[in-house]
Amino acid sequence: MGQLTVVSPGPRACFQDLGRLGRASQGVPRSGAADRGALRRGNRLLGNEPGAAGIEALFGSLVLEAVDETVVAVTGAPCAVTVDGRREAMDVSLRLRPGEQLRCGAPTAGLRTYVTARGGFAATAVLGSRSYDELGHIGPPPLVEGDRLVVEDAAGGQVWWEPVPVAPPAAVPVLRLCRGPRDDWASPDALALLTSAPWTVLPQSNRTGLRLSGPVLERRAGELPSEPTLPGSVQLPADGQPILLGPDCGTTGGYPIVGVVRDADLDLAGQAAPGSLLRFRWA
Amino acid sequence: MGEHSVLVELDDPAAVHRLRAAALAAGIAREVVAGWRTLLLTGDGSPGQLAGQVEQLGTVTAAAVSGRHHEVPVHYDGEDLSAVAAACGLSEQDVVRLHSGATYVVVLLGFSRGFPYLAGLPQELSLPRRATPRTRVPAGSVGIALDQCGIYPMASPGGWQLLGHTEHPVFDEQREPPNLFDIGDTVHFFQVG
Repeated sequence: MGQLTVVSPGPRACFQDLGRLGRASQGVPRSGAADRGALRRGNRLLGNEPGAAGIEALFGSLVLEAVDETVVAVTGAPCAVTVDGRREAMDVSLRLRPGEQLRCGAPTAGLRTYVTARGGFAATAVLGSRSYDELGHIGPPPLVEGDRLVVEDAAGGQVWWEPVPVAPPAAVPVLRLCRGPRDDWASPDALALLTSAPWTVLPQSNRTGLRLSGPVLERRAGELPSEPTLPGSVQLPADGQPILLGPDCGTTGGYPIVGVVRDADLDLAGQAAPGSLLRFRWA
Repeated sequence: MGEHSVLVELDDPAAVHRLRAAALAAGIAREVVAGWRTLLLTGDGSPGQLAGQVEQLGTVTAAAVSGRHHEVPVHYDGEDLSAVAAACGLSEQDVVRLHSGATYVVVLLGFSRGFPYLAGLPQELSLPRRATPRTRVPAGSVGIALDQCGIYPMASPGGWQLLGHTEHPVFDEQREPPNLFDIGDTVHFFQVG
């Protein structure tokens, strides 16, 4: 077992794994990494199980100090990575010697940078997951300065020491949409606008959902009784500005769901920074 | 809905309950989530395949599911008690008598931390949500809206009319399952302090 100290958590750093699957009927959100591909890649580099817990650092800016020798990887939103001031690459395994500091800068694109450790972080699992749920505050709380993070002993998977090429994030990601169960609540014009207009991600966005701003989408008046939601659902409130639900979204909601983003494209939403643009495409 | 799910629309919570029991018994879905008048089923195949399996279920009679019964103590000191009484043309005592006189059924556990949505609110107490939601409703608050009653499992924003609060924990993440109630359970509130 190794340990790392949190020198600075940045604006918000929390543990995430692949989430609390299968608990929506208990009113427990799925949670898990907002960019699951980045978490999986970090774990794969280190020979971990794909769902081992990693640190999801919002806006990067995370500084960790190794107490013992540890092997880590930095994936997700591209940022400057240094170990004791030495410039290091992302998407590669890095060895930290005792006392060395790993520093992740602010992302140059995207929103969430992930730090995984060989063996995985040993945070206490709650309801079967080490993910922090921002809505219901289930799971280990966000990291604070001075936290001692314990890393489990590696199970024996192979560490990958060569950098893995990763395509840079698109300036304006295009998310593929399936029809939602309440697409009849939006006018045909509104459904066309949803996929033709660019949408600005508003600063009120978080892990529960992205608040989007763009042309007003006309919809039928009225209210629905609470019905089940899925992460990736595009809800249309009465003000005509869509909300794209994230991993910590409530398991039920009352706004009509006019579309659902394909599972493979949810990682793009997880990297959509406030002020950036995104587009939808029917698929 | 999405790549592997189907949202089935039904007439009322009782029909949701029956279809849910049938779907769980037949094991046709990985996950079955109840809404107030909808049921979300998620499987491994396409939504079309799942919808076909749901239709076959129509002929299966769901066995009567007997839930547990819960007696929940309530302090009727909610911020909206007097406003609810005024809007319904009742006294506060009448509101308490009606609310604590009914037997409720747990229809769904949703939103976050298993917010229990209960059916069975007496019609005399049916009111819309507050025009402006509160930015913070304390945990344990007992609220009503339309024909629903609920207990806030955690402090959160909320628009329901608050009649009182309970110290009875409806969600405990250290418990398995974490929910005090299961779908189909019955609930009766009684007045304390």
